Amino acid sequence: MEGVTLSEAEQRYYCDLFSYCDTESTKKVASNGRVLELFRAAQLPNDVVMQIMELCGATRLGYFGRSQFYIALKLVAVAQSGLPLRVESLNTVKDLPLPRFVVSKNEQESRHTALYSSDADNPASYSGVIPPPPPGRIQVKKGSVSHDAVQQRTSTDQQESTSPVVSPQQSPPTSPHTWRKHNRHPSGGNSERPGPGPFWAPFSEVQPGSSTSSDPIWSGHSPPPHQENWVSFADTPPTSALLAMHPASVQDQTTVRTVASATTANEIRRQSSSYDDPWKITDEQRQYYVNQFKTIQPDLNGFIPGSAAKEFFTKSKLPILELSHIWELSDFDKDGALTLDEFCAAFHLVVARKNGYDLPEKLPESLMPKLIDLEDSTEVGEQTGEVGYSGSPAEAPPSKSPSMPSLNQTWPELNQSSEQWETFSERSSSSQTLTQFDSNIAPADPDTAIVHPVPIRMTPSKIHMQEMELKRTGSDHANPTSPLLVKPSDLPEENKMSASVKFTAGNTVTDGYSSSDSYTSDPEQIGNAVTRQRSHSGTSPDNTAPPPPPPRPHASHSRSSSLDMNRSFSVTPGQQQAGVVAYPPAVPPRPQPSQGTGPHVHRSVDADGLIAHTSTSPQQIPEQPNFADFSQFEAFAVSGVNKEEEDEIETHSEVLQVEKPSDSTSSLRVAKADGRVEDKAPANVPSSAGKGTTPLAPPPKPIRRRLKSEDELRPEAEEHTQKTGVIAAVLASQPSIPRSVGKDKKAIQASIRRNKETNTVLARLNSELQQQLKDVLEERISLEVQLEQLRPFSHL
Amino acid sequence: MAVCIAVIAKENYPLYIRSVPTENELKFHYTVHTSLDVVDEKISAMGKALVDQRELYLGLLYPTEDYKVYGYVTNSKVKFVMVVDSSNTALRDNEIRSMFRKLHNSYTDIMCNPFYNPGDRIQSRAFDTMVNSMMMQVC
Repeated sequence: MEGVTLSEAEQRYYCDLFSYCDTESTKKVASNGRVLELFRAAQLPNDVVMQIMELCGATRLGYFGRSQFYIALKLVAVAQSGLPLRVESLNTVKDLPLPRFVVSKNEQESRHTALYSSDADNPASYSGVIPPPPPGRIQVKKGSVSHDAVQQRTSTDQQESTSPVVSPQQSPPTSPHTWRKHNRHPSGGNSERPGPGPFWAPFSEVQPGSSTSSDPIWSGHSPPPHQENWVSFADTPPTSALLAMHPASVQDQTTVRTVASATTANEIRRQSSSYDDPWKITDEQRQYYVNQFKTIQPDLNGFIPGSAAKEFFTKSKLPILELSHIWELSDFDKDGALTLDEFCAAFHLVVARKNGYDLPEKLPESLMPKLIDLEDSTEVGEQTGEVGYSGSPAEAPPSKSPSMPSLNQTWPELNQSSEQWETFSERSSSSQTLTQFDSNIAPADPDTAIVHPVPIRMTPSKIHMQEMELKRTGSDHANPTSPLLVKPSDLPEENKMSASVKFTAGNTVTDGYSSSDSYTSDPEQIGNAVTRQRSHSGTSPDNTAPPPPPPRPHASHSRSSSLDMNRSFSVTPGQQQAGVVAYPPAVPPRPQPSQGTGPHVHRSVDADGLIAHTSTSPQQIPEQPNFADFSQFEAFAVSGVNKEEEDEIETHSEVLQVEKPSDSTSSLRVAKADGRVEDKAPANVPSSAGKGTTPLAPPPKPIRRRLKSEDELRPEAEEHTQKTGVIAAVLASQPSIPRSVGKDKKAIQASIRRNKETNTVLARLNSELQQQLKDVLEERISLEVQLEQLRPFSHL
Repeated sequence: MAVCIAVIAKENYPLYIRSVPTENELKFHYTVHTSLDVVDEKISAMGKALVDQRELYLGLLYPTEDYKVYGYVTNSKVKFVMVVDSSNTALRDNEIRSMFRKLHNSYTDIMCNPFYNPGDRIQSRAFDTMVNSMMMQVC
């Protein structure tokens, strides 16, 4: 069987139908009652149906797989359009309307039940099938004729439950709102209707006619349903009259939920006006709900306690499971009580359920507390939903109940398809999660997420300042990643820095809270890429990509933040930083880095240790000119350098000192050695030339270096103290450098570099400290556990 | 991503248990059952006087070669047991804690539902959805 391409609407529709027919959820539909009913409802000649089944391969397989089912549905549509049935027509026919299925009225169904009882599997199942459709049943005499015809040609061994159970199927595609009465003309091939939307429109055209004919019947049936007095059905007669009027007046816009009387009622359900929002509550409905609310709770602003609500809704004779689900949907604030809006939503859902609509998985947008007040102006025929309660007298409720679960099965699938229509349903769930602060630190809304943007205090530019502010306001856990963040910020243009920072920060944040799913993926990727590099370098040893060290950085906030502040504000950080930095890695004038060009530093760092650095330092000098041009790489370089600097701070402090002497290059080194606190001012001097070559190389190197340095650094707790000392020294020495440059650009660059260096150094320190804190906390936890285990002995 | 999540009532019968690889379901049931002993041991070890200070999160109950079992108990002695795959090293303690927090929140929401009788099996779809989101994504 060749494949079939379906449009989006078709896909949804078919999926819903399939799920409806797939009562056993086996992903394949046996040629059982529902499928047959479906095809019967298509009102196609018997031989056409047989041809369709053959074409789709069901007869070959013996059952309808999903593809076969879809093909069959499409062929039904083709046949209904009057086109010849061909396999090729599946894919060649464009703009094919959706297949149409007529829903017979209940009377006919019951009659058919009797007729087909011999063939049908069992009346029970038949009746079980019927309840779902009842909402959509329309008394169509001609439909009954078709049923008879169907009966005659019942040649297949499949059960012949005839009621074209369609309405529920059709409703799903757009959630219950597609309750259009399928007032199919007996004439099989109706004029083609374009698309699903207009698809239902034609019905509305028909409805007035049919409704008028069925109204009398309906009104005739309305009294019987009022057997249950749970809902005051005094409203129904008037509403029924309204209903009669509505069809004539409103076509697409009327939702009339007639009494669902399994036995007889012609339930006329007109599609709600808003095609997109079948869950809107009409004025009459709302008024009714409010009145009911008052009977329980006179104060409209008050709450209905859970027990009272439970008692009230239990009267609807819905199964407890469904009532429980309705409660979950409608109790928006999860407080165990219902406000007026919540009550109306719950009531509305109960009404819908009684009328055969499946319950949504998520609260429809229109039923959300804040939206309840929206009136569906288009809706006219207020439905006698309330009537529906009693409407299903003894028969309906019981029969519905068993069928409901089966319907419920389909509902999720249907809902999924209909979720596109209810775009806000997602929000409802997400908003609910928002209240759970503990669980989801990063709620679905990234905006609210605590995106502690990376305080990329790389440059004293505005961005830098902004980032600083962001960082200040952000949580501390951004700190550990700050150095990392700094780097990424460099990468993109400065414009993007904050953005990337944010994302990276977000990433780290989420990592920390282990709820990183809410962040946007793209920025995350960018950030992740960057952070990952950084993380390797130094932040969180255990985190590969996202989360920075768990122990939320509250550990060294004071210091780090203070350091950051110093850094950020001071272009010539030296002195200030000196005071603050106390601990940052003693940025010994690593021979390497001073070059100012991060790349170089990295390279040198990669080499090995001091010696490498020192040896390479001279080489770095020429690169310094590039320093200014590759701020991005500097970030990496800086981070890498920082790490290594830290490593070397302890060991190579002397070297640093040695390095310091001499010209700008050495000063650069010093600056770097100091921990890059200062910009690579020395680098600036020579660097003006042109960095050109280095930029590319550095990025990879820094990463490597970071990894290496990280490993080295981590285990050493004492590094910090040493680092702080070195940093202080470095900072102190740095200020002098930029001034010597004398050139504005270079001075700025130098200061920038210095700041970046300082930042990275501090960030690294921060991350390391946090990591240590985390380790300590884990130790503590394990010790506590051990203590607990040992404690019983004390009780003995 | 957990492999199995179970909610145990105060009387130590399961209110909800869901595991991802359905073929090994019985094994996970057994694991959860045996872990209850460890949970009881932990909560009794707290001592009567320390009930208030007892932390809800119990931590790693016991590790096996294939998986690790984490426990969490509420103040009403309702226990959450989570089995995670040992090969899943990315899971950290904080993440486990947050998963238990989510479970606890969802459980509280269920409790708020007047139609839910404490002691009944949990059949809430919202709870199912939340648990599914936490389970391993096995295709």
